Amino acid sequence: MSNTAISVTDLSKKYGERMAVSHATFEVPLGTICGFVGPNGSGKTTTMRMLLGLITPTGGTGEILGESIKHPEKYLPRVGAMIEGPAFYPALSGKENLNYLANLGGFSTDRVQHLLEQVGLGDRAKSKYKTYSLGMKQRLGIAAALLPDPKLLMLDEPTNGLDPEGIQEVRALLRSLANDGTSVFVSSHLLSELELISDYLVMLRKGEVVFTGKMTDLMLDQQPVIIAKGANDSQLATLLAIAEAAGHRAIIRDSAVHVEGPAEWALEFNRAAFDAGITLSQLTPQLPNLEETFFEMTGEK
Amino acid sequence: MWNVVLSELRKLRRPTLFLGTMGAVVFFSALFSSLLFLLIDSPQGNSDRGRVVTREVLSLATGGVQGFGSVGGFLGIIALCVFAAQTAQEYTYGTLRNILVRQPGRLRVLAGKFIAMGFFAFVMIILSAIISIAASVILAPRANVSTDLWFGADGRQALMTTFINIIISVIGFGTIGMVLGLLLRSPISAISFGVLWLLIVENLLIAVKNSLEEWMPGAQLAAIASGGAPSGIGSGIEYSHALTVGSLYVAVGALVASILFVRRDVSN
Repeated sequence: MSNTAISVTDLSKKYGERMAVSHATFEVPLGTICGFVGPNGSGKTTTMRMLLGLITPTGGTGEILGESIKHPEKYLPRVGAMIEGPAFYPALSGKENLNYLANLGGFSTDRVQHLLEQVGLGDRAKSKYKTYSLGMKQRLGIAAALLPDPKLLMLDEPTNGLDPEGIQEVRALLRSLANDGTSVFVSSHLLSELELISDYLVMLRKGEVVFTGKMTDLMLDQQPVIIAKGANDSQLATLLAIAEAAGHRAIIRDSAVHVEGPAEWALEFNRAAFDAGITLSQLTPQLPNLEETFFEMTGEK
Repeated sequence: MWNVVLSELRKLRRPTLFLGTMGAVVFFSALFSSLLFLLIDSPQGNSDRGRVVTREVLSLATGGVQGFGSVGGFLGIIALCVFAAQTAQEYTYGTLRNILVRQPGRLRVLAGKFIAMGFFAFVMIILSAIISIAASVILAPRANVSTDLWFGADGRQALMTTFINIIISVIGFGTIGMVLGLLLRSPISAISFGVLWLLIVENLLIAVKNSLEEWMPGAQLAAIASGGAPSGIGSGIEYSHALTVGSLYVAVGALVASILFVRRDVSN
């Protein structure tokens, strides 16, 4: 029995001359929540589609729950998925849509009402899908993904359109599923969300995997940063120059200078800024969060 | 495959689609049959394209199903629209990816959808038969048409033959709709193309060159529905010819669409 939920080697997809996914190699251990991140167009959805048998890879191999992705019929009954947002029949109610999918997959329809209640749609089960808000559609998509009582759940941007309370509920749901042994592979542009729930991370950039491994390993590898702000934005260039003159890498982002360097150097930085006639309004040493690490590794922003 | 059939039936039985379609079937079946009797003495004719169906013809054993036979082509157009819309909407709604995640056997998905829609068409045909024949039975005495031969062995034989011909024709039209849905991946495009072709383009082509009638798909399926022209009279399409050419169109279209459906990436 394989101990990986997902394992791909050299997985590639080419559209004409463009490599949408290029030789992706990564593994997702069983029972973990794995964040799948990358800028728009980096190949996340294409990779998920290949894993679900919706598109054929140009090259490479892959296994889901120990079965080759060439035979999706062998593993899909144990996989729940929501890809590229929810998609249902507008004229059917939420419940009818789930009954339709339950019939299709050969699952019992007994679970449908329970699932609708689990995602907070119990009282709108009989309303037509076309009357749902974006957040409700998203919740229905998650309920549909849970229909097979999955061993692996693949969700593409599951928190899109959800309010903060909904996001928190999804986070709690995913955590509780993972605690019960379900492996979760989730992509999101809300990196702060993924940082909170992911044990594992796969990061894509222009179709290539730039990091795969434990979230803690990624964060520990990162340089600490010092974030500094002057009284106004016009002083940022001077602060940047001070940091670079001291041999530190620095960038300006979100009206602040981000300097790679140990927390101890903050004192020296403050003194140098003061000597240059700048009174700092913020000076915060911190470890980079996932968002900053993501920008660093993908070269975005 | 039966899982697909069951789930498709769940979709097809929704009131707006089911009652709307069946309402249209009832209305047009009653209309086509009623006009045969109500306009029996009209100089403009009482059948399609100004044809005159006389009392003598309506009094034959086949008279009871004359109206049902006339509405067959129309049922075909309805089937084409339903099959095309139900197939192509999976692309426009994006629901195809849900379907294929839950049922990765693509040919099974196609076959299941086809059987479910075939069942829908079957219900449509039965309803049409009931309404057409009932309207004929009610209106025949008022038009002084004898119904004596309608209920004999020949009458039952005529009903059976017409029923089977209409089923073949309607399923043929439906298959063309499904093929168009798979190829064009948009309900509006598939229905527009299908209906425009069958109702306008084919007729224009045939008007320009009469012999093309022998080779047009819609003309073959319509000929099957009406039982075809008697062999050897030199006008109209013979049943066996229509069945052969019509089947060929349907088979080739279904084969090409199935191959495309199985191989094509689902990227929307």
